[in-house]
Amino acid sequence: MKHLRLGAPQVVWIGLVLAGLVVAFSVLAPRTFPTSFNLLNLVSDAAILLLLATGMTYVIITAGIDLSVGGVLVFSAVSAAKVMEATGSLALGALAALVAGLAWGVLNGVLIAMGRIPALIVTLGTLGMSLGAALLLTGGVDLRAPTELNLGLGLARWLGVPVIVWICAAITAALALMLARTRFGRHTYAIGSNAEASRRGGVAVRAHLVKVYGLAGLLAGLAGCLSLAKYGITGVSAHSTDNLQAIAAVVIGGTSLFGGVGTVAGTVIGVFIPVVLQNGFQILGVRPFWQQVVVGAVLVAAVYVDQWRRRARDH
Amino acid sequence: MTPLLEVRGIDKSFGPVKVLHKVEFTAYAGEVTALVGDNGAGKSTLVKCVGGIYPIDDGEIHFDGRPVQVHSPRDAGELGIEIVYQDLALCDNLDIVQNMFLGRERRRGPLLDEDSMEELAERTLSSLSVRTVKSIRQQVSSLSGGQRQTVAIAKAVLWNSKVVILDEPTAALGVAQTAQVLELVRRLADTGLAVVLISHNMNDVFAVSDRIAALYLGRMAAQVKTADVTHAQVVELITSGRSGDLGLKNGVTP
Ligand SMILES: Nc1ncnc2c1ncn2[C@@H]1O[C@H](COP(=O)(O)OP(=O)(O)OP(=O)(O)O)[C@@H](O)[C@H]1O
Ligand SMILES: [Mg+2]
Repeated sequence: MKHLRLGAPQVVWIGLVLAGLVVAFSVLAPRTFPTSFNLLNLVSDAAILLLLATGMTYVIITAGIDLSVGGVLVFSAVSAAKVMEATGSLALGALAALVAGLAWGVLNGVLIAMGRIPALIVTLGTLGMSLGAALLLTGGVDLRAPTELNLGLGLARWLGVPVIVWICAAITAALALMLARTRFGRHTYAIGSNAEASRRGGVAVRAHLVKVYGLAGLLAGLAGCLSLAKYGITGVSAHSTDNLQAIAAVVIGGTSLFGGVGTVAGTVIGVFIPVVLQNGFQILGVRPFWQQVVVGAVLVAAVYVDQWRRRARDH
Repeated sequence: MTPLLEVRGIDKSFGPVKVLHKVEFTAYAGEVTALVGDNGAGKSTLVKCVGGIYPIDDGEIHFDGRPVQVHSPRDAGELGIEIVYQDLALCDNLDIVQNMFLGRERRRGPLLDEDSMEELAERTLSSLSVRTVKSIRQQVSSLSGGQRQTVAIAKAVLWNSKVVILDEPTAALGVAQTAQVLELVRRLADTGLAVVLISHNMNDVFAVSDRIAALYLGRMAAQVKTADVTHAQVVELITSGRSGDLGLKNGVTP
């Protein structure tokens, strides 16, 4: 029995937790929770965070961390809004957001891989720099998105589901496949497992790390563009805890902070647990602050389980 | 006979500390060359220079008679030089197949070709008569020391390699597993590979090697045929750099 418990991947357990939450809320609020309207709300709330968390999954599997995602998101949203305003072109604005995100990510990667500065410090630095730069660009006031964007992409639906959700889901699925089934994904795990062994095996470790942080930045850039479309404003002060939310989701989903272990599927579940809790508590009239308490506890429990599994494995 | 691997006058320093002094070393196809020397003599450093892990300060590496440049592990791999490091350098979180193909994964289109990698790994392990692992999809972290050693060796011979260098492969092993690994070492040489075996165990060295190279404080004291020397002479070369006519004269390479 002990063997079985150890053998089942954490993603299975955490999936059961999510299913349990959904069932519990459905039983407690059968008329309001399990409705298509509410479930769509849930998915919309989770979609953009999912992009950040997927990038974070890659980063954490390499045994790194990226604290800058919220700042990069805001900077990218501001860049997009500025370019859209100046050129009148939504496409150019979106491109600006992607380029800005990628540039911050590559900067992170270069400083970490070539400059050998700890990821925690580098990304804490670029968090401040990107957020500060965004505030300088806007003078601290939120910019509004062009109406065509907010009413267009922001509201567009396909098969009844917001297009933004489709975009996030498609990208997450592609990145899940890339992590599990391609050489890029394999090297991501290998570096997090043993960077020196990877180097001796011929993996270009530093270049790979630059790409991984670049990917996380690119996803934050896209998230910035999508959140501009969805909420209609740049949200300069709304993203200060995005990094922690993303990291929590990744860790709850079974990715080890020590590197080498994790899946995008786990991260998807890890994103939904806080969102479902928040939504369910709201519907039940529980004070929303409880969500923070419960998510914090789940996070600590997830890391505890990870440690425990590592100990069990090493002895 | 031209040596398959020849190292000529290699110097290597770490900062102010000079670890290798004009080291000469050769290894021949079909033979086991034992590389011996005390702790800190520079054996692992020499091997890492050959493997492209450390850049050399001076000297040349010749492969099959040609001078070659080895700037990275990839360069070494392309020449056919494979190294089983003292610390093994396996990724604990990956399984046996994933470790064996690390850095050289096979692909079908953009995706990894797991089936063909699994098949080749299976074939290599069974050609080495390795039957101790239960499943080749087992994580390396779950393997015993001897099994990890076997995986590291199998990884090195997977690539039609021509030179296989093993850095203290038996140091952590029990009696039975040591015998297995030594048998494997001999078999590799018999199939035509140049095998370099680093070991502190004189019995092992005399059991499998054709030649012995003794490093003393970063200098090559002597490289001799195993049949021409005794245990005592080799021990003397290791501990004092000389033995009778053999070895360093006044601390300078003859
Ligand atoms: N990366 C490094 N930086 C600085 N000094 C080093 C480094 N690697 C090795 N050395 C030094 O070089 C010398 C030779 O070390 P090396 O590991 O090659 O010895 P060895 O012959 O393999 O010993 P052992 O039998 O203990 O494995 C030692 O004095 C060691 O301290
Ligand atoms: Mg050594």
